[in-house]
Amino acid sequence: MFTIVSKKNIAPQEFDIWVEAPRIAKHTKAGQFVVIRIDECGERIPLTIADNDEKKGLIRLIFQVIGNTTAKMSTLEVGDSILDISGPLGTPSEIKNYGTVLMVGGGVGIAALYPIIKALKLAGNKVITILGGRTSDLVIMKEDCAEYSDELIITTDDGSEGMKGVVTGAMEMVVEKGEEIDHCWCIGPSIMMKYGAITAKKLNLPIFVSLNSLMIDGTGMCGCCRVTVDNKIRFACVDGPEFDGLKVDWDEFMSRLTQYKKEEKASMKKYETEVGEQPWH
Amino acid sequence: MALDFSKEKTPIKEQEPKVRSKNFEEVCLGYTVEEGILEAGRCIDCKTKPCVAGCPVAIDIPGFIKCIKNNDMPGAAAILDEYTNLPAVCGRVCPQETQCEELCTVGKIKGFEPVAIGKLERLVADWKYANTKKEVAKKSKKSDVKMGKVAVIGSGPAGLTVAGDLAKLGYEVKIYEALHAAGGVLTYGIPEFRLPMKIVEMEIGAMKDLGIDIECNVVVGKTITMQEIMQEFDACFIAVGAGTPLFQGITGTNLNGVYSASEYLTRINLMHGYKFPEYDTPVIKSKNVVVIGGGNVAMDAARCAKRLGAKNVTIVYRRTLKELPARIEEYHHAVEEDINFNWLTNPIEYVNDGKGQLCAVKCIKMELGEPDDSGRRRPVPIEGSEFTFDADCAIEAIGQASNKILLDTFPELKLNKWGNIEADPETGETSVPGIFAGGDIVTGAATVILAMGAGKGAAVAIDSYIKNRYKPK
Ligand SMILES: Cc1cc2nc3c(=O)[nH]c(=O)nc-3n(C[C@H](O)[C@H](O)[C@H](O)COP(=O)(O)OP(=O)(O)OC[C@H]3O[C@@H](n4cnc5c(N)ncnc54)[C@H](O)[C@@H]3O)c2cc1C
Ligand SMILES: Cc1cc2nc3c(=O)[nH]c(=O)nc-3n(C[C@H](O)[C@H](O)[C@H](O)COP(=O)(O)OP(=O)(O)OC[C@H]3O[C@@H](n4cnc5c(N)ncnc54)[C@H](O)[C@@H]3O)c2cc1C
Ligand code: SF4
Ligand code: SF4
Ligand code: FES
Repeated sequence: MFTIVSKKNIAPQEFDIWVEAPRIAKHTKAGQFVVIRIDECGERIPLTIADNDEKKGLIRLIFQVIGNTTAKMSTLEVGDSILDISGPLGTPSEIKNYGTVLMVGGGVGIAALYPIIKALKLAGNKVITILGGRTSDLVIMKEDCAEYSDELIITTDDGSEGMKGVVTGAMEMVVEKGEEIDHCWCIGPSIMMKYGAITAKKLNLPIFVSLNSLMIDGTGMCGCCRVTVDNKIRFACVDGPEFDGLKVDWDEFMSRLTQYKKEEKASMKKYETEVGEQPWH
Repeated sequence: MALDFSKEKTPIKEQEPKVRSKNFEEVCLGYTVEEGILEAGRCIDCKTKPCVAGCPVAIDIPGFIKCIKNNDMPGAAAILDEYTNLPAVCGRVCPQETQCEELCTVGKIKGFEPVAIGKLERLVADWKYANTKKEVAKKSKKSDVKMGKVAVIGSGPAGLTVAGDLAKLGYEVKIYEALHAAGGVLTYGIPEFRLPMKIVEMEIGAMKDLGIDIECNVVVGKTITMQEIMQEFDACFIAVGAGTPLFQGITGTNLNGVYSASEYLTRINLMHGYKFPEYDTPVIKSKNVVVIGGGNVAMDAARCAKRLGAKNVTIVYRRTLKELPARIEEYHHAVEEDINFNWLTNPIEYVNDGKGQLCAVKCIKMELGEPDDSGRRRPVPIEGSEFTFDADCAIEAIGQASNKILLDTFPELKLNKWGNIEADPETGETSVPGIFAGGDIVTGAATVILAMGAGKGAAVAIDSYIKNRYKPK
């Protein structure tokens, strides 16, 4: 059983849990994810493995309450367990010494960026990290990221912390300052990744993004997660989730994310009628 | 020769098409024991029993049929048990008409239909689960002294068969399954109205009673490596299926509303999407559905779409009824359920409504040209014959390729030119000693019973491999 051993509320509607999953903890590499299912009627949803502790046999998951499954998940407490966790899935990030890397994260995407930051730092890179959010509270994992970054820049839309503005502005600023960047990663909401990629192109920087497509199995069996990269059909769960950001068909990707909007709403509504007023309101 | 029995198979009860096309309950209701005895009476117990040769696992068909005739259902069940671990499944989904029943002597007599072997097999299996489950379970429990440890990767029919046979021989068997539920295609692909989940669960339950340990949520190659498996086990059988959907790759393939049959059926079967929102996974309910392909998978997808409430469901196939690879029974069922067929037609574009959603499928008419490698006449497009269907959903069921999730992590294993594992068709031996393989991952997408046949052969080979390995020198 995949028992939750710790739980923290790290931002409004965002939770940080450690779960027992020894075999996954043993084999996890940066950039990989798990697919979880909470209960018998549950959906299978992908979540990044934000960290792992091989010795204790634990993996760390950070999730944002956004719909039915993540809402249910937020009600699980220490000692409860998750019915199914399978992984580590996906192709790991390409970790090596690039020289200087620019790591850009936003929203809950920071959870996916963090293990890559850590691995790149341990591989000897100079790591410059930009974390963005609407407001200070929503910029998660600042300390975790700072530990493995040579420089940490925060941006907020409302100016409540760090630079006022969005992450792409900070990307340009870093380059203007004269930093020689060898590679970037940008992980966050799709719209942020799209503009991150556009900015990288302008700045002539190679960039990886991590595509959070809809998924079911996560093993290449259903084709639900397909995306167009470099004019080819690729499966985000096995060929990705990381791809060359300059080659992604962003509009198609974002459109595919909306496929089940109506059903997702219905599902959440049904759950809320069952449980009544909940803390995520 | 005076034949004192009916020319036709004993009729079997089915749900009415109008009723069943609105529910996911089983279409075929099966024989009663009395009907079974009647049908068993049509087997003339012929000397040459060609039916047995037509069965990939060589079931003693006249033997179990004779038991039914004598109203000895436990006897019939015991005979089936010797040959197959999944009789309730095979009796339902085997392409009987091209296997055992095709060769049946009675069917060779002018004007006579063959004995309904598959339906009789199903009757015996269902009877067994309804009547003797506990007893069967107890009898087959083996002692704790194990002959060796075998890992099986994948819990589809091939994996289950090898596991069952090895457990019966006294081995400790562990099945690793990537998904959260066992059964392979039986669980995630074939819909409930053809193969109810509770039947699959019962057959798998019977295997667990043999002492087989099935661990789900283990993606071999990711959760554990092949190296770890080779260290821990004496031998390993790879039965990971042909589980990656192919797409034609025509314009618009990634539009919303376009699915692979694998996704569509997985949402419905594995995730119970047809019971949304009781179950959390949604499946789109569409009005006009076009299904591309002509196999069992295409029939299943089309019939599911109908059950989800679609008004028009059209199967588009580039050849003709004569070449249709689906089971003929399923084709008939589909026709009864008001599924339209468009022969000699191929889609060439999925049309975007301007908002990323499919609104129509553009097709072209085909004609049959010269035979191709498979001996079937190759369809060629007729220029200028393009036409368009209104469609808010298109489902591609054009085949599956081998899933690479394990193979990519195990380059030592030799593959053939189609990307499947190269393995001896009899024994399942691969290029790596101690590693055996069978089922769809070796043959490409095939059938349940062929996968089981591969499992049977491999069980024998694995047994002798392990015995030889530990033979005192
Ligand atoms: C490889 C990968 C890694 C991910 N890692 C994390 C993570 O570490 N933490 C985290 O909080 N989330 C992560 N996600 C997103 C997460 O899977 C979704 O938030 C989750 O599926 C939502 O489920 P739900 O039932 O709560 O919401 P739903 O009701 O299913 O969806 C609510 C809204 O979320 C959007 N959504 C649904 N599924 C996804 C998805 N797969 N990706 C993005 N948006 C989606 C929909 O557009 C919808 O509007 C990841 C996704 C992928 C593919
Ligand atoms: C919709 C549909 C309808 C069909 N209808 C019929 C029919 O009517 N009659 C018939 O005879 N045949 C039918 N078939 C074909 C038949 O189901 C297959 O030929 C058969 O299931 C193959 O069995 P298998 O054991 O080789 O693989 P599968 O049944 O595919 O099982 C393979 C299993 O391995 C698991 N796996 C994959 N990779 C890993 C890994 N790395 N680690 C752990 N587990 C892994 C998969 O999750 C899966 O559960 C149909 C197929 C489909 C898709
Ligand atoms: S397993 Fe299939 S081929 Fe063999 S007897 Fe049964 S239905 Fe016929
Ligand atoms: S071939 Fe037909 S008649 Fe002969 S034994 Fe088999 S089922 Fe009976
Ligand atoms: S999630 Fe099914 S193929 Fe990627």
